[in-house]
Amino acid sequence: MTAFQAGAGYGDGRPEEARGPAAAVFDHADPASKRIIVGYGFWIFLLSDIVMFSAFFATYAVLVQETAGGPSGRDLFNLHNVAIETGCLLLSSFTCGLAAIGSRAHNGLMYYGGMAATCVLGLGFLGIEIHEFAGMIAQGAGPTRSAFLSAFFTLVGCHGLHVTLGILWLLTMVAQVFAKGYRADILRRVLCFALFWHTLDIIWVAIFTVVYLLGAGA
Amino acid sequence: MFGKLTWDAIPFDQPIPLAAGALVIVVIVGVVAFIAVKGWIPYLWREWITSVDHKHIGIMYVTLAAVMLLRGFIDAIMMRSQQAIAFRSQGYLPPEHYNQIFSAHGTIMIFFVAMPFVIGLMNFVAPLQLGVRDVAFPTLNSVSFWLTATGALLVNLSLVVGEFSRTGWLPFPPLSELTYSPDVGVDYYLWAVQISGVGTLMTGVNFVTTILKIHAPGMTYMRMPVFCWTALASNLLIVAAFPVLTATLAMLTLDRYLGFHFFTNKAGGNVMMFMNLIWIWGHPEVYILVLPAFGVFSEVVSTFSRKPLFGYRSMVWATMAICVIAYMVWLHHFFTMGAGPNVNAVFGIASMIIAVPTGVKIFNWLFTMYGGRVHYATPMLWSIGFMVTFVIGGLTGVLVAVVPADFMLHNSLFQVAHFHNVIIGGVLFGAFAGYTFWFPKAFGFRLHEGWGKAAFWCWLIGFYLAFMPLYVVGLMGMTRRMQHYDVPEWRPWLLVAAVGAAVILAGILCQVAQLVVSIRHREELRDTTGDPWMGRALEWSTSSPPPAFNFAVLPRVESRDDYWRRARLAERGAGPTVEPIYRPIEMPRNSATGFVCAFFATFGGFGMIWQIWWLVAVSLLGAFATFVVFAWRDRTEYEIPADEVARIDRANRRARGEAVAPAGALS
Repeated sequence: MTAFQAGAGYGDGRPEEARGPAAAVFDHADPASKRIIVGYGFWIFLLSDIVMFSAFFATYAVLVQETAGGPSGRDLFNLHNVAIETGCLLLSSFTCGLAAIGSRAHNGLMYYGGMAATCVLGLGFLGIEIHEFAGMIAQGAGPTRSAFLSAFFTLVGCHGLHVTLGILWLLTMVAQVFAKGYRADILRRVLCFALFWHTLDIIWVAIFTVVYLLGAGA
Repeated sequence: MFGKLTWDAIPFDQPIPLAAGALVIVVIVGVVAFIAVKGWIPYLWREWITSVDHKHIGIMYVTLAAVMLLRGFIDAIMMRSQQAIAFRSQGYLPPEHYNQIFSAHGTIMIFFVAMPFVIGLMNFVAPLQLGVRDVAFPTLNSVSFWLTATGALLVNLSLVVGEFSRTGWLPFPPLSELTYSPDVGVDYYLWAVQISGVGTLMTGVNFVTTILKIHAPGMTYMRMPVFCWTALASNLLIVAAFPVLTATLAMLTLDRYLGFHFFTNKAGGNVMMFMNLIWIWGHPEVYILVLPAFGVFSEVVSTFSRKPLFGYRSMVWATMAICVIAYMVWLHHFFTMGAGPNVNAVFGIASMIIAVPTGVKIFNWLFTMYGGRVHYATPMLWSIGFMVTFVIGGLTGVLVAVVPADFMLHNSLFQVAHFHNVIIGGVLFGAFAGYTFWFPKAFGFRLHEGWGKAAFWCWLIGFYLAFMPLYVVGLMGMTRRMQHYDVPEWRPWLLVAAVGAAVILAGILCQVAQLVVSIRHREELRDTTGDPWMGRALEWSTSSPPPAFNFAVLPRVESRDDYWRRARLAERGAGPTVEPIYRPIEMPRNSATGFVCAFFATFGGFGMIWQIWWLVAVSLLGAFATFVVFAWRDRTEYEIPADEVARIDRANRRARGEAVAPAGALS
């Protein structure tokens, strides 16, 4: 035996039970399951996404008074529409949760039904948002009007872009489960999609509060 | 059809960029033709371009960094020679061109040299040190690399098609707004950095997950080598900081493309908000770069002092303290903004405090060497050169953290000297130390020591000659980025700085020679043991180069520096000699996703820069289709049969035995 064989002699490949009680101390550090790794990694990604949104929120907070003589949030925001938007999104989080449970239970009705409802609610949200944006632009309150409106359109629009990409992802996941069934790797993706969708909800709650409620009340 | 792109974009009237661009094209075409004639394309495609092996991706990152270092250095030597000549004259570079050169130099050196170099080292080393077979998301890793390569390609494309940004390495508005920079230079910058930034963010996600979640059995957090800790801190900072860069660049892009008013002079835009946002990313960025370098020094110093690292726990705490404080000092880049004495004082004090954990690290390395048997191999020379140089850079850093002093030194060459002092003396020396240290692990033979030492001394002396004079002219009041000047007192110092750049050039030539000589004499420099330096961490326990699966059987870790302990035990004849039970190993299959994605990202970025909207639409569709195709794969892994694992591992064990049996001298 030489110094260098020590390296090659690492580990012995014997099964757990053959290693006796001393081996038990290692078990907590054994490699995590794929599901945990994927979920964990996606959480880290979501945190980074939230950091990006926080940059847009900070920008909005800096520029909210900079209306350059143009309209402010008080003049523009229609809380009635925003309430419907919020309702759509919160409800879609619930249906998305149902779809995630359905996928794990291999329940087609629950999965496809949940995903379909999520998709419809998401599209409803987007429709109202696009309508709101189009109305503002039509009355001369587009993003080029003032720094406040630039920040508003970017922050809310970035969330809307996320919802759009989320719907694209949703449709891809529906197609994938339809084509391939409830395979382990596909279930992991459904899990990530659900996390993504719920995160969009959390961000919307912040937008609802910081942009619309504070803006309309100011 | 082609947006803003016309034949005017090719700089036929400017001989320098045209000749440089033509040369690059000739070299690229020549290399591709050579590879094609030799019939190496299938090999390249299989083993490198589509590889999801962290070791191959790491090597590609470092190769990209090395190539871009040459490009960035050509810019540097042009600037130094321009300032040496341009006393009461225009020199040889017109202002338009000079401004592009200093912008490209900074952009390339930070985003496409320093970043890929440290990310490449992390890629190659971290999974090996953790005792695992790959990173958490191997295909994503490949995507990250290829997106970084896309960014580098776009920057170089600006040499031939259009022009590069003239706003410095960060696109400060209002200069970078459409009003003052109407050409595509800033757009090249925005899309190159944005695309490579997305790649870097994915790397951050990947490595945070890998280091926190994927370990060999028994590899608890407090047993991880310090390099893994610094890589973790660096990637945490990437995850926390790069999204801010993405957002900031997106805002500037909206200003330029759609007439938004984030940073414009009118309609309520706020220029100083850009400074805040960009430095919220920019200051953590310097720690993203330097922390892995600290990790390299920790590995190198303890290995070549033949001692465990002094103060492991304090090293971990210092690393994590730097990781947190790095996010709280950004305002010191613009004390002159006028945020008021209280705000400036908070950030000034925070900037001084961050020197404390860094000082802890320096003392830990010194105490590691103290009483050790220090071997002055090339990686150790880089480390000692770093310690001396970095302390000077750190001290001038504390100096400019003093707000009144900063008011005098802001935007002067003193700053330029300071950050080159820490980036070259810290990051680059660390990268070179790591390159020399882990090269035998990657390729199975060592780098030539003589050329390595010559390169080190040229770099060290060249660095002092090139940058100490800049401290002096900075104190004399010379501002940065001057295309010409008429102060006779500055001239001698700038001439010395130019000589320094020439000495650094000699250092780079020595490094090229070192690589060529080492490859030619690889049989003499061959390391069959897998452990040429008496290493301490797990990467030295496997063969060089490691097999695709890294470890035939996952190591069981029982202590810090576990491999070192076992190797010394084995020297005394203790330790297990039984052959392990080999099992089949599942490894991720190759994937062209990263390469294809980068292909579309390149065309998409090019389309955005020149506003060729159909190209952008096609590229977005292509990228989405690529991911769908990837997601539709049925087999994501392949199995290496137990027999094959046994064959590879037995050969490794035999080679390790034979390498020491006859002489037994290395230990």
